[in-house]
Amino acid sequence: MATEPLPLQKTAAAAAVDIAPVPATSQTGRPLVRFDNVVKRYGDHVVLDGLDFSVRRGENVTLIGPSGSGKTTILRLLMTLEKVSDGVIWVDGDPLSHTRAPDGSLRPATEKHLRKARKKIGMVFQQFNLFPHMKVLQNITEAPVSVLGMGRDEAETRARELLDLVGLSGKTDAHPSQLSGGQQQRVAIARALAMQPEILLLDEVTSALDPELVAGVLELLSDIARNTDITMLCVTHEMNFARDVSETVLMFDAGRVIESGSPEKIFTDPAHERTREFLTAVL
Amino acid sequence: MSDFFSAFFDDLPQLRSGLWVTLQATVLGALLALLLSFVLGLMSVSRLLVLRGVSRVVVEFFRGTSLYIQLFWLHYAMPPLTGYELTPLLCGVVAFGLNYGAYGSEVVRGAVNSVPRAQYEAAVALNMTPLRRMRKVILPQAWVQMIPSFTNLLIQLLKCTPLLWLISAADLMTVIQQLRDRTGETLTAYMTLLVTYFVLAYALTLLMNLLERSAKRRLGLQTGAGSLLRGRSAAEAVASTAGGAR
Repeated sequence: MATEPLPLQKTAAAAAVDIAPVPATSQTGRPLVRFDNVVKRYGDHVVLDGLDFSVRRGENVTLIGPSGSGKTTILRLLMTLEKVSDGVIWVDGDPLSHTRAPDGSLRPATEKHLRKARKKIGMVFQQFNLFPHMKVLQNITEAPVSVLGMGRDEAETRARELLDLVGLSGKTDAHPSQLSGGQQQRVAIARALAMQPEILLLDEVTSALDPELVAGVLELLSDIARNTDITMLCVTHEMNFARDVSETVLMFDAGRVIESGSPEKIFTDPAHERTREFLTAVL
Repeated sequence: MSDFFSAFFDDLPQLRSGLWVTLQATVLGALLALLLSFVLGLMSVSRLLVLRGVSRVVVEFFRGTSLYIQLFWLHYAMPPLTGYELTPLLCGVVAFGLNYGAYGSEVVRGAVNSVPRAQYEAAVALNMTPLRRMRKVILPQAWVQMIPSFTNLLIQLLKCTPLLWLISAADLMTVIQQLRDRTGETLTAYMTLLVTYFVLAYALTLLMNLLERSAKRRLGLQTGAGSLLRGRSAAEAVASTAGGAR
């Protein structure tokens, strides 16, 4: 598929200019994403239990672990679709889940703050979630035009480039309902990329696809991982994809990271018994 | 019967104006009801408690008080109370608008809530403002589901317009009532009313089916030619669009 560089803006360098001083952590370069003792509860049910981890800029991280271990919740918290029960999520040195008050203290985020914070983050969903009332092209151009204020012509040109990239240049005027699951997911990926995110969240993006459509989508994502400096956080059950694409694998269990490391380390010589059991079950 | 029809043709101008009043009351009443449906319906799904509360009170009040009594209030009780007097037609439009707007707001609320949450989340992930999420993502999908219920309400509203007779608006009912009184042809007069209202109601159904078809086509859903003539229930429509929205 795509061998040319992706038509994406490299926003990483630009973003480093106007940010506030960072709270303790980074002598070795500030992490782009940092979970600081994050707790997520639904009623009495604790999904994330004092979670700490961080992701470097440009790093591709795969989250693995049994169902119900809280992987998807992490992505949903990062996309601000859920609120943290406790702790703070930092993105690029700024609190995502909170607004910094004038006195330096942190308060729960306002809608205004969330809109600013979301600019850097994009998400692709398991069920694609394309807008069924918009044709493919409009699915991709709607947000760049209405949120980023991009001109319609420019947005359409970029959308066509992105459709070309995902291998669907002939489908601009199709309705989502006329596409296969794999095609819908590629449009969803193009739609997320059109917003020029620095962080791309992939939530089991191949789980709803027929087996023969999985490879194409994974290949596309590998291309994006290799050819852009987008930071990817990926929840997946595709262990080969995790091995090929990610630099770091985080193994979750019961709302905590029980092990993290390079794919070779985790897949060939896991330190934790729980990891070994999980990998035996899925591989 | 011949007496009735010769009087019928003699009175054609009055009948036409009666029909016109009925149509005006229906269309203007429906437009006001549509506006109120959206205002009250969207207030009821707001995050702000005060908006939800106001909407609830207004809806319960106008849904819970009889249309007859609302008409009588507007026509007979308001003038001595406020010093303003509305024409009978305007009384009808306001009463129909308020009453059916209250019912319609529940249709809007239900349809908005039935759009899958995933659609809202996709709009959040694209960083759309709450207003834009509603306007660009939620409402266009909810609209398709509202149409069958709105069709029901529209036809009910049309069938309520004979109430205008009670406040002496010169609508179709009033004019034919007068014809009946003059000719004594009760059966023919009421048969004429029956047929006329049925034809009007069916014409409205066809128009609304046309609207539904175009709305569904915009969603990329299949619409056969048969859907124009078919009477469809709201539940059926909801089920079919929910499937299409995946």
